[in-house]
Amino acid sequence: MKKNKIYLLIFIFLGTFFIACEDSKEDQIEQSFDRSLVLLNWSDNIITPSYQAFQEKLNILKASVDKFKADVTQQNLDLVRSEWVNAYKSWQHVEMFNIGKAEEIYYSSKMNVYPANISRIKSNIDSEQYNLGNANNNSAQGFPALDYLLYGGISDGSKVIDRFLSQDGNKYLSYLENCVNKMISLTKTVVDDWKANKGSFVSSTENTATSSINMLTNDFIYYYEKGFRANKLGIPAGIFSSKTIPENIEGYYNGKISKVLALEALNAVHDFFVGKSFDNSKTNESFKYILKSLDTKKGEENLGEVIESKLLEAKLKVEGLDENFANQINSDKVKFLETYDAIQKVVVLLKVDMLQALNINVDYTDADGD
Amino acid sequence: MNASLKNYINQYSDSSPLILFRIGFGVLMCYSLIRFWLKGWIETLYVNPSFHFSYYGFEWVKPIDEYTYLIFILCFISSFFVAIGYRYKLSIILFFLSFTYIEMMDKTTYLNHYYFISILSFIMIFLPANVGYSLDSFFNKKYYLKIPRWNIDIIKILIAIVYLYSGVAKMNSDWLFQAMPLKIWLTSKYDLPIIGESLMQKNWVHYFMSWGGMIYDLTIPFLLIEKRTRILGFALVVFFHVFTAVLFPIGMFPYIMIFSSLIFFNQRFHKKTLKYLEQLLISIKPNLDLEKTKIINNSKTKFEKIKLSVVTVFLIVQLLFPLRYFLYPGELFWHEQGYRFSWRVMLMDKVGYTTFKIKEKRSGDTFMVNNENFLTPFQEKQMSFQPDFILEFAHYLGDKFSDEFNEVEVYAESFVALNGRPSQRFIDPEVNLYAEVESFKNKTWVLPLNDEIKGF
Repeated sequence: MKKNKIYLLIFIFLGTFFIACEDSKEDQIEQSFDRSLVLLNWSDNIITPSYQAFQEKLNILKASVDKFKADVTQQNLDLVRSEWVNAYKSWQHVEMFNIGKAEEIYYSSKMNVYPANISRIKSNIDSEQYNLGNANNNSAQGFPALDYLLYGGISDGSKVIDRFLSQDGNKYLSYLENCVNKMISLTKTVVDDWKANKGSFVSSTENTATSSINMLTNDFIYYYEKGFRANKLGIPAGIFSSKTIPENIEGYYNGKISKVLALEALNAVHDFFVGKSFDNSKTNESFKYILKSLDTKKGEENLGEVIESKLLEAKLKVEGLDENFANQINSDKVKFLETYDAIQKVVVLLKVDMLQALNINVDYTDADGD
Repeated sequence: MNASLKNYINQYSDSSPLILFRIGFGVLMCYSLIRFWLKGWIETLYVNPSFHFSYYGFEWVKPIDEYTYLIFILCFISSFFVAIGYRYKLSIILFFLSFTYIEMMDKTTYLNHYYFISILSFIMIFLPANVGYSLDSFFNKKYYLKIPRWNIDIIKILIAIVYLYSGVAKMNSDWLFQAMPLKIWLTSKYDLPIIGESLMQKNWVHYFMSWGGMIYDLTIPFLLIEKRTRILGFALVVFFHVFTAVLFPIGMFPYIMIFSSLIFFNQRFHKKTLKYLEQLLISIKPNLDLEKTKIINNSKTKFEKIKLSVVTVFLIVQLLFPLRYFLYPGELFWHEQGYRFSWRVMLMDKVGYTTFKIKEKRSGDTFMVNNENFLTPFQEKQMSFQPDFILEFAHYLGDKFSDEFNEVEVYAESFVALNGRPSQRFIDPEVNLYAEVESFKNKTWVLPLNDEIKGF
């Protein structure tokens, strides 16, 4: 009898508890949402067209180099330069996708490590004995190497075109050509692999270390923190060293392009975060959508909204800078640091608030928890 | 001494539960250590990192490069000897020392159940777990049927402490009224078959599991002690731990807890199991002569009194130690002073982002440190939200850069989010951490949480 009473009490307790919960709580997150939509949007509307556009730009660059090689004139050099700028801008949309083959072959380390290693480039050109596949040549190829070849490193007052017309001119031309060819072949490897594996990418929605949604989320945040924030602004501004290093900006020899590239990259980051398609025609599912579905709040607002507005604030700051970050750092470093701080705020929101809401690990250390 | 207590101490009970516990414990430890090795964790967690986070006062406990493997080998051999009951006393002492040493090499890997194993093996030093079904007993030709009753009860008490303290720790507003952090964790299990997209997303499931977990922890010791509910209790233990094993990456913990709770069963169960093991052994090695063993009723050593007092003191420490957080102001989950070694299991989801600014005193030049250059991702993750880690790493950086520059100061830029709250600044950015020293005193440079968590 006594035992029955206890069971009855437990039953009533649990019963009322369930009912109370069902009644009082609006089950906001019961509306389960579909992560495969996010992957589909990333794949079809962002990654694929970004790669495609970049490949096209590289081919145009290649054509201009061929033309320049056949007829070494200032006019043709200017053409190569402007196609280099176009391709470099287009690159800003793909650098963050460090997945699959791109990760495997260290794609971005071969495409865009700056500052370029000038002495290495010079000795490569001199010796004509070099293998761009060698990891030691990572900083002697890609966009930064082209930046040097097309714009700079000349101290004696002569022009860049003279270098191509000198007796070593052919060596320079062939290095230029080899770099571009290497960029094209690397990109082909990555894009072909991407096309072949798109299907499995889209279906891999699990919450595991190797699922595409988690890997790309980590890549995205890593890119924002390192590729964008540190490389483009932090390192030149001397955030990680006791002195500023203005010569470490992106496109240093061009001298007019660092802001353009940073803005392009920030746009790419913003668009990826909100899920805007590469052709700007539509905005579909991405992080903003996930955070909205999870109803993650930051104060009164949804976290996704907050991150988006902070990204736009950062963009405004970048827009206010000198077209050449090196000049900005040398003339008004405070303004540059303020911009950096605005960018940094988003790092905290992405790495702490968003990752907590998504419950995605930054590292995936293989170890037990408790 | 009070009469009933004296009476209790002089009571004897069957030795088989303790014997079986010894065998199972040894086997589980052997398995755990092999698993740890095969997963490559000795290398990734202990050999590879250049820097290790130490426990206050135990800075000398460090991995010893490649020789770290020897500690694991020692630990493995001693746990194997515990299992077979060979030179038990020496083996269990060596096990306790080597296992505890391993756990103290780097607090990045702190786990409550490692701590549980440490204290369990410490207590086992004082228990005659080799009185039967052991090589010791085989060679001595003595089998003690009875041991002091407290020898078995002490293990039950340790298990009960784990459950009860972790149950009480769940009695806080985050756990009960926000279903945090389970809400975050369960929602992210959307990829489980069948229940992932349905049950795991339901609000009531999050609350049910939070409340259920608390009630489970608080009642399980009583269900196991009481004869009539023991089967139910054990069934719950198995269900609960298997379920958590499926949901969370918690390694061996569920199996250790399931196995440990067998100690609550009566001697009949243990005797039968031991007999079964004996039959198994004989079927493998039929000419084994176990009959020579002389049966002796009571085991009693002259150290009984000393043992009892050590165990009593240890027990009191165990009961009080988890309560030390009362001595610190502010929110325990936030500053974590008194959080470890207190059976606070799965209570928090904490994400941090902490970077360090080095300031050269003379020139005033500052620069940020790239944590990756010094820490593994796992270490960086743990460091980012635990103040004692942050302080220790700040000192490491301070020492490091003092070599390069003259005098430096170290400041932390730190942001942490706790149980789904928005991130907020964690460490006072104006405080030179290089000038702060580690101690048991309250860490005033941890900024207060902009919220209150009620309860324990």
